[in-house]
Amino acid sequence: MMKSRRFFAVFLLVSLLVAGVGSYYASSHPDGLEYVAGKTGFGDSAKDSATADSPFADYGVKGIDNARLSGGLAGVVGCVVVLVLAGGLFLVVRRRSDDEA
Amino acid sequence: MHVPDGFLDAPTSIATGVVAVAGVAVALRGARKELDDRTAPLAGLVATFVFAAQMINFPVAGGTSGHLLGGVLAAVLAGPCTAVLCISVVLLVQSLLMADGGVTALGTNITLMGLVGVAVGWLVFKALITVLPRTKASVPPAAAVAALVSVPVAALAFTALFAIGGTAPVETGKVLTAMVGWHVVIGLGEAVITFLVVGAVVASRPDLVHGARHLHSADDLEIRKAAA
Repeated sequence: MMKSRRFFAVFLLVSLLVAGVGSYYASSHPDGLEYVAGKTGFGDSAKDSATADSPFADYGVKGIDNARLSGGLAGVVGCVVVLVLAGGLFLVVRRRSDDEA
Repeated sequence: MHVPDGFLDAPTSIATGVVAVAGVAVALRGARKELDDRTAPLAGLVATFVFAAQMINFPVAGGTSGHLLGGVLAAVLAGPCTAVLCISVVLLVQSLLMADGGVTALGTNITLMGLVGVAVGWLVFKALITVLPRTKASVPPAAAVAALVSVPVAALAFTALFAIGGTAPVETGKVLTAMVGWHVVIGLGEAVITFLVVGAVVASRPDLVHGARHLHSADDLEIRKAAA
């Protein structure tokens, strides 16, 4: 069986590659909801998000023109933020091994 | 399926916000039973993977695309309560940092993709896993079918919310047919990704997979813990 440290490292590496490199090749077609909204006539009721001016809005880094770099960097930043938030939360929530189960 | 601001009116958004907060509170209590020193790191990585995978929209017929929702994937790997928290963190980061999914719609998105997607998917998975042979090999296909079901059900739930609080005067029937129809197709992509990822983890570290817990006795876990 794969050692835990190696297994976790591979899992993280795959995520970073998917977000940092693979995301460039994502389809730019509207997603299911967006498409249906447009087709059935409620697409225009969407409003700009209050965070539309975020430096990472729409999975790009403001100020970086190279699409591959901009998207990849935003993806990696997002992964790190999710890992820190979720990982931190789960470490707090978990049962410690010295706890009674 | 990230709902932007504006699709649903304020009362509906507030109501889904309340539902989301309640759901996350329940999940926080339940996740404690699912997470220990060994599985907590995996759960954090599952959330990270879901975020990454959601960046890759795969093309679907007719100029549409879809992406992983990840609720079933997270539930099978880390447990259903932990999955709700995974999806909620992903949606929070997407909404605040990436402007993907509205801010006032965050409760709606957590309700649809976190609560509905995870709950329905987990129930389907549990039902399948009890009728399928008790082997590791049953876990990925059960997860895939659950994933397939979870996507159109989440789309159905959106349609229900739209019928109650949609801001545009569009016939519910039209929205229903289109939403469920397209999301069955997108669900196929969800099933494939879920099958592959759950399959890879089950093959390399079955002891960490929440949805395979029923296959291990306490003795197995002791041995593996010492080996890891």
